[in-house]
Parts: sequence; structure tokens; C-alpha cells
Amino acid sequence: MSTVESNGDKNRIGLTLNEYKGAKSTLCPGCGHDAITGSIIQAAFEAGIAPHRVAKLSGIGCSSKTPAYFLGRSHGFNAVHGRMPSIATGVFVANHGLTMLGVSGDGDTASIGLGQFLHLVRRNVPLVHIVENNGVYGLTKGQFSATADVGSKAKSGRVNELMPIDVCALAIELGCGFVARSFSGDPKQLRPILRAAFSHRGTAVIDVISPCVTFNNHEGSTKSYLNVKEHDAPLHDITFVPHYENIEVDYPPGETREVTLHDGSRITLRKLEEDYDPGDALRALEVIHRGRQEDKFVTGILYLDPDKDSLDADLHLVDEPLATLPLERVRPPKKVLDEVMSSLMTGGA
Amino acid sequence: MSGTINDFSIHVATVNGSGSQTANTTLMRAIFQMGVPVSGKNLFPSNIAGLPTWFTIRVSDRGYLARRRANDVLVAMNPETSVEDIQAMGPGSVIVLNEGLPTPAIPSDRTVYKIPFQKLVEPLVPDAKFRKLVVNMVYVGVVASIVGIDPDEVERALQAQLGRKPKALETNLAAVRAGMEYAARNLGSSPFRVERRDRTAGKILIEGNDAAALGAMFGGITFLSWYPITPSSSLAEALQGYLERYRRDPKTGRATFGIIQAEDEIAAIGMVLGASWCGARAMTTTSGPGLSLMTEFTGYSYYAEIPAVIWDIQRVGPSTGLPTRTSQADLLSVAFLSHGDTKHVILLPATVEDCYEYGMESFDLAERLQAPVFVLSDLDLGMNVWMSDPFRYPEKPWDRGKVLTAADLTRIGKFERYRDVDGDGIPYRTLPGTDHPLAGCFTRGSGHDERAKYTENAETYARVMDRLAKKYETARTLVPPPVVERARGAEIGILAFGTSHWAVLEARDLLTPQGLETSYLLLKAIPFSKEVRAFLESHDRVYVVEQNRDGQMAALLKMEYPALATKLRSVLHYDGLPIDAQTIVDQIKNREREGVLAR
Repeated sequence: MSTVESNGDKNRIGLTLNEYKGAKSTLCPGCGHDAITGSIIQAAFEAGIAPHRVAKLSGIGCSSKTPAYFLGRSHGFNAVHGRMPSIATGVFVANHGLTMLGVSGDGDTASIGLGQFLHLVRRNVPLVHIVENNGVYGLTKGQFSATADVGSKAKSGRVNELMPIDVCALAIELGCGFVARSFSGDPKQLRPILRAAFSHRGTAVIDVISPCVTFNNHEGSTKSYLNVKEHDAPLHDITFVPHYENIEVDYPPGETREVTLHDGSRITLRKLEEDYDPGDALRALEVIHRGRQEDKFVTGILYLDPDKDSLDADLHLVDEPLATLPLERVRPPKKVLDEVMSSLMTGGA
Repeated sequence: MSGTINDFSIHVATVNGSGSQTANTTLMRAIFQMGVPVSGKNLFPSNIAGLPTWFTIRVSDRGYLARRRANDVLVAMNPETSVEDIQAMGPGSVIVLNEGLPTPAIPSDRTVYKIPFQKLVEPLVPDAKFRKLVVNMVYVGVVASIVGIDPDEVERALQAQLGRKPKALETNLAAVRAGMEYAARNLGSSPFRVERRDRTAGKILIEGNDAAALGAMFGGITFLSWYPITPSSSLAEALQGYLERYRRDPKTGRATFGIIQAEDEIAAIGMVLGASWCGARAMTTTSGPGLSLMTEFTGYSYYAEIPAVIWDIQRVGPSTGLPTRTSQADLLSVAFLSHGDTKHVILLPATVEDCYEYGMESFDLAERLQAPVFVLSDLDLGMNVWMSDPFRYPEKPWDRGKVLTAADLTRIGKFERYRDVDGDGIPYRTLPGTDHPLAGCFTRGSGHDERAKYTENAETYARVMDRLAKKYETARTLVPPPVVERARGAEIGILAFGTSHWAVLEARDLLTPQGLETSYLLLKAIPFSKEVRAFLESHDRVYVVEQNRDGQMAALLKMEYPALATKLRSVLHYDGLPIDAQTIVDQIKNREREGVLAR
């Protein structure tokens, strides 16, 4: 899948692909999550992200183990179940110079962590929030999660009757500036999405359908490899052009839409079946709903608003990380205490 | 009854939301300005407007700040509670009664002043809506007149509060004067009098939560996340006020702090951990129900060794309990908060000065120990106004603990996140963003070895847990030691913590003339430092005074010192009101009497 895999090839900051790898995966062979890990490694390498500037975050579950398998030089925080967003919020305020890359699962985000997920989006905390979505709890052996589709059959034979929670639709509803859906088996689509997400200033929600080979890959499961492949309906072909590369993408007129991100990078979307405007939130919600009715997994960049302010603008933070400000910047001088004390000193003599 | 100078309590019963706070604060400050020590206890309902509320001002030449059980002067303004309020007043007391309120039969040894408050305020305030708010100022004038508070001081106190609203000030002053004039014409003076002293010069009046906020600011806080909950919200809001004022550049508008009002307490503590992990000085503030929600992340903080400062302003539980009443009943749950083997460091402020000091020290300890540090305050301390010496500017810089920089890593040549290099159980950490190939580290709440790698190995797990226990032993030597006052030859010791301190001070003075000489240990922190054992060993009987039902501190002491357990006796108070000295005196005397009978 990779284009620059040969050892010795270095990226723009002089690192090799190997230097973006992590520990060996302990997930089941063939797990969709491992493919996503591969895409993350590749995308971070291509983007030339400095590993020490990355904070890898996750919650609990199979998906949340994966940050150990990529960017081994980065700091990682494998949080408690469903609470990665609060960790991310604290990390960002303490050091807004870090690139935050979060991996969660469907149980972690849509069940136990739904509340925190929504508030993360609402605050527009700059986190690349990847949901490795297989519709099932893997580590506890095959229970449905809140993203299981209506009518999907579990390995035990039980059929899910409840409406799935669509994290993309929720994110759009809350004004998230970057919402995408992809498939672990389509690295060609996932990689540019990831690279664009790294350049986005704000929460980037990427829901990646990632089949569970052990508990949700059978006939009757809507999130099996076979079913997702058959029903994958990409909206467009995605090309990402980073701000430091001066490449013109040449498409016939009327075939593409281009969106420029805050750092000057560009996303080019080449239309497939019909024209799709990723700046239209209502249209995005319509596409998601229609896709569900037609049993299709609509993938691609569903919604983009690159200009929305992120949390640091709201807080008016100083440029330097709060975490390492020196004492004289954070302890007011003695005259401040004296001023406060004398305002409280009204006793008589 | 003969006159009582500077030693009585004024109890004001009003309706919540009627603006009585300004009136009561005016009375209290005016007395304080006259050089006489005062304390104020606000007894309020969980309600915005309409339910009964009480405010008690204690005037004490000797500087006793604890609640007194009996009151001497009642101001009865609330028709819902006037019968009960009056019934609670003892012989010799003075009752200032709003004319027309329901009353019980009042024995003749109580002095009753019926005041036509409405008639007095009507000509001053034409608008009936405002009249309700101003009427309280009339009782300020009445009380000031009958107990002898200098009218100039009342005016000054009111000015301090309403100085920025000239119109409101004028109306309220007129109401005060109307009360004073009415009292001068129609009422005598009460046997309870305020006389000028010089005992408050240079002192401050401040709420514990406000003091804690100041401490946090001077401690260099950079991150606060919180979820609104009584009685802790005022800490977060005071802190926000100070930080906005003193830590935001007036020219650029840029802040050296971040504050997030979280979606719940789980998120609040999660944000603290994320920020602390990056190296910020991060804290949250909460009360019982919020604390329960923070349980899981507290265990993470302990096991993955991430600093966190958590203020618990205790209220009455369990469950929603009495949200606006005070208690010391979170102690045991805080001491072991989380599943699995955990034990936490807890600071126990007794005074507003402690709140200020621990506002700073909690950060030093959390970063030094790489652990959660709890500060266990309570509603009485946090939300009531206390007299104190002014706070001292910190002389020490700060302790940011064992953090390795890129230069350190180059010099050392290796990094193992959870290795006990120094033998004190405290490992070294690196912060995210450190530009060195060795700096990266994967933090997890699952089993890990010294290099922070995942493991389920039995021996490794036990080894890590043993090191954490060792770290707790190190904490014992770092936390603030208790304050011990030994009475020569005393067989009895009293051990207390937090706001019980004030009632203990007074109780000891009451016990001594009755032949019960006591030593005293004021506990400032958990884990117990060595002075605690020495104190228990050197006394025959030790009364552990606490404001909870089950004797939670006594239970912790018994766990720690099983051989000394038979010396411990509990003095307990748990009705939601601040503990008073008489409760302690009665319980100790009863137990001592039983002891004599048993012998």
C-alpha cells in the first residue's frame, strides 16, 4: 500500500517510515484496525510530522490499544473507557502546540463516551478523532455496540433492532469543521483524509468502518468485510496537497471542488457519480440518511468548514504552552497579594 | 440578667432571596470595624428564592469563631419559621419581631420588640418590589441601635458593599436610619452590647473558598476545569475572577491560564489529568456527588502517576443529601477513592489561612509525588466568612517534581518512566513535546513495567504496587505535620481536623476549669506523620472529634495503629450544622464520667 516504503527513503524532516512505527500489534490477524494503523503510519510519515510533537490518545477497547502500534517515539495516553475527549481537552489547553491524534472505537465513542465526544466537538478541540468502527465489542467478545446497524446479526445469532448512533451525523449537527467516513480496507481514500485532518484546525472526526474479523465478519453482519466492500459508496476521489508542496492538480473543469485549509494546504475532491459540496451541512446529513435507507456506506469527506475557531481562540491563551511557563509568568508579584489583603482588611483599631 | 459585653450571638431568620445577605454582612462588618472579633454562619437552603434562611453572627471578645448552640438576639422576619425560631430562644434573650408574624406564647423572661417594619420602610421606598429588599436594612438599624453598634461603622460597612451604586446606597442608608431612629425612640438597649476593642486591626475577613482561590493563583495554577456544584462553585468562580484580573495581559488580552467549565465531573478530572500529564498545574474543585464521579480517573491518576489537585468542599451526603449543609463525611471515601489498592494524600485545612497555603502546597505535593492530592475542605470553611491574619506571600519558589528535559536525557542516556531511581518510590517523568528520541512514553492505566510497557506479569505488577506503597511512605514525610499543643500531665488528648478545630479550641477552654486538662493535636494531612503516633502513645485517652456519623478519622487511625486502638474515643456531630464547643464538652464529660463509674 505504501509509496515510499523502501528503507532509507526519508521524509521532509529526515525520518524514515520505520521511525513512525510502534510496537507489534497484539490484535487478531486481519483486524481492520491494523490496516488503519498502517494508514496512520504512512500518513504521518508523508506529512513529515515530528513524532515528539504528537500526543497519541485513546480510550479503552481493541481500537484504543492501537496507539501503541504507531509513532513509538511519541507520548501516548491510553485513558479510561470513553474519556479520551476530556484528556485531549486538558492536553490541548496545557500545550496547544502539540498535534493530537486520538483513536477510539464505536463502544468507546458512541456508547460509554458519547457525552464527552459531543462536548469535544462542541468545544472544537483540535484532535484528529478516529473512530475505528466495527459495530461490536471485541475485547469482551462480541456484544453489539451503539453503532450496530438495524438488522445486523451478531455471531450469537441475535439481531440488532436498535437505531445506530451515527457519529458523523452528530458531529455535523454540532458544527464540527471536519467530518469524514472511510473504510479500513481503502487506504487510498483514508490516507489523504488523515493528512487533511492533520492540517485542520479544530476537531476532525473520522469514522472508519473497520471490520472485526473475529466477532463481526460473518454472513448477516452489516460490518463484515464483504458487506462493507459491496456497499461502500465513495462520494469523491480525494487528493491532499500540503501547503509546502506547490503542485497543481489538473482535472477537467466542473469535475472538482477544492477547499483550502487554515495552514494553506488544499483538499481536492473529484466528483464520482454526482457533484458534492462538502460545505453544505444539510446536504451532508441528507446523504448520510439516504445512505442508511439504501444500505450504503457513504464514504469520503462529508463536511468541511476550515475557518471555524478552535478552543484556544476562545480562551485567548498566550502563544507559549501553559505547561512550561516560568514561575514569574504565573505567580503575580507581592503587590497583588498586598492589594487583595488590604481590600479585605476592614477591622478597627 | 446582667449585661453581656462582646460575647453573644445574633440570629437572623429571613426568606431566601430577600436580599438579607447585604444586611447581615453590614451588621457583621460594622462589628468587625469596631475592633471586635466576629464570625458569620450562613445557613441557607438549596433554593434560589422563597425558602427559609438564617444567618448567625457571633460576637466574641476572645476570638471564638465556632458556632454556638444558643443564640441571644433573634431577628424574626420569616413568617414560615417565626414560631420555631422564637421557641428556640432561651431565657434572657432578645427577640426583634416583625409585627404581625405568627408567634408562640413567649415567656416573660424574653424581651420582645415588635417592629412595624413595613410601616417604617413604606415612606422610603414607593415601589413595593424594592421595598421587600430594603426592609432588611431596617432591622440592621434596629439591631445596631439596641446592641450599640456605632452608626458611622454601619454606614461605612454599607458603603463598602454598595459604594458603587449611589442610589441603592442612599435608599438603604435611609432604611438603616429609620430603624435606628425607631429603636432610639421606642426601645431600650439590650443586655447584649458591643464595645469598641482593638482586636481586629490588621485582620482580614474572607471565605475559605476565596482563600483557596488566592492560594491556587499564587501557586501558579495554569489549568482549572470544574463542574458547578454547591458548595465548591464559589472556589472556581473566585479563582476565575482573580485570574481574569491578575493573569491576563491587559494589553494583549492573552491569558496564562485556561479554565473550562466541564460537562460533568468525570470530564473535569479527565481534563486535569490531560493537562497535568503535559506539565500544567491543574486542579478541579467539587463536592460529594462530583467526587463519586471522579472515582475511576482518580485510580488512573494514582496508578499511572499523574499529578492532580482535587478540592472537595464537603457537604452532607450520601447521595444528594443536604447540599447546603456542612460535613466531614467524605474522608474515608477520599482516602481510598478508586477500585483496587489505592491510598491517597489528603490535606486537611482548618482555617482560611490553610486554604490559602494548601492552594499552593497541593500543587507542589502533586507534582513532587506524581499523584492525586486531595484538599478536604467543607461548606462551613469554604462558604462562610472567617477572620484571619493576612496571608503571607510565598517565600519558596515552587517544586515541579522530577521532570527530565531533553538535556537531562542526553546527559543520562536512558529513560525508564517507572524506575525508582532515587529509592523514594517516586520515578521521573518526561513531558509530551520534549524533543528527544528517548522522551516518548506510553501512559496507561493497564498493567505496566518500569519502562511503561504493557505487562500482565504477576511479579511486575506486585513490584509496581509495592513501589507505590513506598511512595506513600515518602508522602508521610512531605505533607504538613500536625500542630500539637501538649498540656503538662494531661491524660486526655483531643485529635481533630478541619473546621472542628474552632469548636475544639473553645471546648478545651471550657473543660479546663472543670478539671479536664487536655492536650490537642490538629491533624493537617494524611498520611499520618510520626507526630500522630507519638501523640496517641503519650495520652491515656484520645478523643477524635469529627463531623460524621461513623467516626471515619478514628477508623483510619485504628487501621494505622491497631495497637493503640483502645485509646481512641469518638466525639461525633453530624446534623449538617457546624460543630459547636458544647457538643464536644458534653460528649467528653459523659465518656469520662462513664470511665470513672467503670473503675
